[in-house]
Amino acid sequence: MMSKIVRTMASLLIPFVLIYGLYIIMHGHLTPGGGFQGGAVFASGIALLVVAFGSDNIHKILREHHLSILESSGALIFIGLAFGGLATVFFYNFLVGSPIFGHIPPTGPNPGDIWTGGVIPFMNIAVGLKVLAGLSAILLVMALATTVMEVEE
Amino acid sequence: MRKFAMIASLSVFIALLIAAALLIHPFGYPPSEMDDYIIENTQSETGANNAVTAVVFDYRGFDTLGEATILFTAVTSVVMLFRRKKREK
Repeated sequence: MMSKIVRTMASLLIPFVLIYGLYIIMHGHLTPGGGFQGGAVFASGIALLVVAFGSDNIHKILREHHLSILESSGALIFIGLAFGGLATVFFYNFLVGSPIFGHIPPTGPNPGDIWTGGVIPFMNIAVGLKVLAGLSAILLVMALATTVMEVEE
Repeated sequence: MRKFAMIASLSVFIALLIAAALLIHPFGYPPSEMDDYIIENTQSETGANNAVTAVVFDYRGFDTLGEATILFTAVTSVVMLFRRKKREK
């Protein structure tokens, strides 16, 4: 637990950091970034929370097993989407041309349409879930382990 | 002896770096035709504006599956290493 200044600034900044991470995940098929990068940004927001409020306080609302359920579901969605294109090949983009995320943008530079990309946005969301849950779990578990060591010493 | 080995390995490394800098292909002329194919056909084949994401999640999906597996293994091993002992009562 840090001082009151740090806690106030952290609670002001946290929504922006988390929303920026989710934005990078959602717009992975339009702008630079994607699931891995957005998940890392989101996990850095969790790191700010852990540093500012102390890992024990965070552990009251965010448990490791919740995060590991989230991570496993992300992995399963990813592999399931990969199997979804199995009619042609593994990892085939079967949603291009369909009404769901199926628009094809004009070739060349264009501002982009979020309703494009076929299966790529879903895979971005799955990998983003996986990365944000995985990195947050690593951070939380390590922070908890250090506090336990301090108490034992 | 140790110093000699260090100097020898360092000089070999520097020679390799200089050779790589001299032999690198010119900027803007990729060595294979696959790059041009991906740049030209990404938008019509996958519908994504971001060619990098299209390569990562569509053309090279298996590679991403491997990365995700590595992350999963790392998280599992860290949680296993740092797990809390159950309090004995």
